Amino acid sequence: MSDTAPARTGWLARLKAGLAKTTAKLSDGIAQVFVRRRLDARAIEELEEALIAADLGPATAQRLAGGLARLKFDRDVTVDEVRTALAEDVAAILTPVARPLVPDPARKPHVILVVGVNGSGKTTTIGKLAHHFRVGGAKVLLAAGDTFRAAAAEQLKIWGERSGAHVVAREPGADAAALAFDALEQARRDGADVLLIDTAGRLHNKSDLMAELAKLVRVIRKLDATAPHDCLLVLDATIGQNAHQQVETFRELVQVTGLVVTKLDGTAKGGVLVALADRFKLPVHAIGVGETIDDLKPFDAHSFARSLMGLDR
Amino acid sequence: MFESLTSKLGEVFDRLRRRGALSEADVTEALRAVRVALLEADVALPVVKDFIDAVRTKAVGQEVLRSVTPGQMVVKIVHDHLVQVLGSTAAAIDLKTSPPAPVLMVGLQGSGKTTTTAKLARRLKQRERKKVLMASLDVARPAAQHQLAVLGEQSEVATLPIVPGEPPLAIARRAMTTARLEGYDVVMLDTAGRLHIDDALMAEVTAVRDAVNPVETLLVADAMTGQDAVNVAKAFAGRVGISGIVLTRVDGDARGGAALSMRAVTGQPIKLIGTGEKLDALEDFHPDRIAGRILGMGDVVGLVEKAAETIEREEAEKLAAKMQAGTFDLDDMANQLRQLRKMGGLGGVMGMLPGIGKLKQQMAGANIDDKVIRQQEAIISSMTKKERRNVNLLNASRRKRIAAGSGTSVQLVNRLIKQYQDMSRMMKQVQKLGKSGLMRAGLKGLFGGGGGPGFGGPGFGGPGFGGGQR
Repeated sequence: MSDTAPARTGWLARLKAGLAKTTAKLSDGIAQVFVRRRLDARAIEELEEALIAADLGPATAQRLAGGLARLKFDRDVTVDEVRTALAEDVAAILTPVARPLVPDPARKPHVILVVGVNGSGKTTTIGKLAHHFRVGGAKVLLAAGDTFRAAAAEQLKIWGERSGAHVVAREPGADAAALAFDALEQARRDGADVLLIDTAGRLHNKSDLMAELAKLVRVIRKLDATAPHDCLLVLDATIGQNAHQQVETFRELVQVTGLVVTKLDGTAKGGVLVALADRFKLPVHAIGVGETIDDLKPFDAHSFARSLMGLDR
Repeated sequence: MFESLTSKLGEVFDRLRRRGALSEADVTEALRAVRVALLEADVALPVVKDFIDAVRTKAVGQEVLRSVTPGQMVVKIVHDHLVQVLGSTAAAIDLKTSPPAPVLMVGLQGSGKTTTTAKLARRLKQRERKKVLMASLDVARPAAQHQLAVLGEQSEVATLPIVPGEPPLAIARRAMTTARLEGYDVVMLDTAGRLHIDDALMAEVTAVRDAVNPVETLLVADAMTGQDAVNVAKAFAGRVGISGIVLTRVDGDARGGAALSMRAVTGQPIKLIGTGEKLDALEDFHPDRIAGRILGMGDVVGLVEKAAETIEREEAEKLAAKMQAGTFDLDDMANQLRQLRKMGGLGGVMGMLPGIGKLKQQMAGANIDDKVIRQQEAIISSMTKKERRNVNLLNASRRKRIAAGSGTSVQLVNRLIKQYQDMSRMMKQVQKLGKSGLMRAGLKGLFGGGGGPGFGGPGFGGPGFGGGQR
């Protein structure tokens, strides 16, 4: 996912604008804690709370604040010092997971399965990914595997038109696994470079729906034992600590290989991502920052961390 | 990851081991555990702070009742206060106006507005015999209007014909006019998902509000929402004005702290909860159940209700008759297995039980999962009708055949037969209870009360599921 220079400033500006409000809140929070004061126990606690308010979760917040305390305890510190130090710690956690999604051109097709709970933004993400791969010159096929939600296939077809990718769809209620199988066959026939398979949103605690997803994987493996080559879990940035259970379950049942975080243009900053990166070490391939086709951006650990802490680049 | 709050508080108070009134120090320590529990449940920080302060005032100096531990006492105080804050009574959808009554649905993208719109319309139609018209004002998301039209067909609720290119405000006006002319009672307006910081879109929905003057403006929000719930709720309440909240995806395993956050910052009641993908999965909000869930104490009431729903009355009566006659056979057992699976499998049932967190982890570790239930069903399906009725027929060669037929092993077949025998032995003990006591005893047995005819005794602990695969 390499962007051209102007687009890059565009998305950064956009991300920053989007993040501005809560970032302001968080950094105000930090600013209130430290205009310039001694880093004492009370200050550490307040710092921890500011991190919790960004969805980092109590445990991660405590660890980060504690780490800072070990280095600077009882010293006089400024807001910027605290922010910079925390941003560096967060970036250190996130850097290893900031890896773009690069389809292997030798595969033909490189199969990407997209999963997630309802409303996380799977279909929209697929539309944007299709566009991204198309711009890169790849031939892309989309499989409308969400045969449950009303008009999901229509939604994907519109994305197909926008991105110039073919869409394989069936009537509502059709077997998603069979559809995926056919789509893979067609992708091979057509010599497509990338096959993106959409799936119906499902809550990770519904065992029968999760089994259905596992079946889809089993079925496409009959054609290509190495497929899916990537399995993306799409997470909504507004999500709280339940993201942990989601990643855990999806990873276990369908071997999720990477994450996409959507809706980062709101006030939610997806702070839980820091905790997820720390715990699961799954790559974060891209972030969604809006509803238009260009609003999928590579995940940049450094700027994400600095945005999270209210620092400019 | 989430231990039950009760057990955490238990640890705190184990160290104290003191009875009598709760001292300030006791309470402070206990409330630290409560604070973490609330934060892990995604209750927003400012809300947590207010909550803790209120509970502290209530708890200090409280006499600890004789029969409970200080930990349980604090949990009770916390729980009661939580229920109080969440709203002690269920708030109904208010349609008191001269028809057509406009209902406006708002929320972030992907919160579940369209599905909720259809569910609510269906509910109003079926339960209150209202004539409902639905209209989608979502011109942003591809095929959103089409989605509502399809849902309208499925739920047999009328939808406003789609005019391509028509802006939201015009659609809303047309919906109201159509409803007036055609005598509808309720107009449900499904809006596009929007970010609460998107000024243009917020202005758009405000314009729609001013044009139709809704009796209800419902904020649809995902139960999985994190700390941002306060920002979202505040912004929608402030700019659009809301009259209630619908919490969706409550059938997930998120602890739902967002409910408390949004209720606290808006002062508006949570009116409904979405509990599934099907169009009838919309329920009234019960504060006590969400309270238990936020605190990690499980949703016992929900579990019992779900059980009652799933285990059909007829089936239960049939089973009762069989038990009385002492003819509970393997077919009946297969039925029970199916019903257990319908309730969301072992994981689903266990998730709702209080204090089960650790046990659940152990079960996961021991490789006991729904596969076992399926295996057992397969074993029973591989038997002949005769064998299912008379387990004594099962000699070694028949068992071998069944093992092969079900893709399991003779050991697993043996284990199932043993389990069946344990169950029917217990059935005989239960016969004394008679028919009226059956449902209760049945449920209790099913959920580990022990002694019942279900999977209680032999199930989780004994040779049943507990024995599982190894």
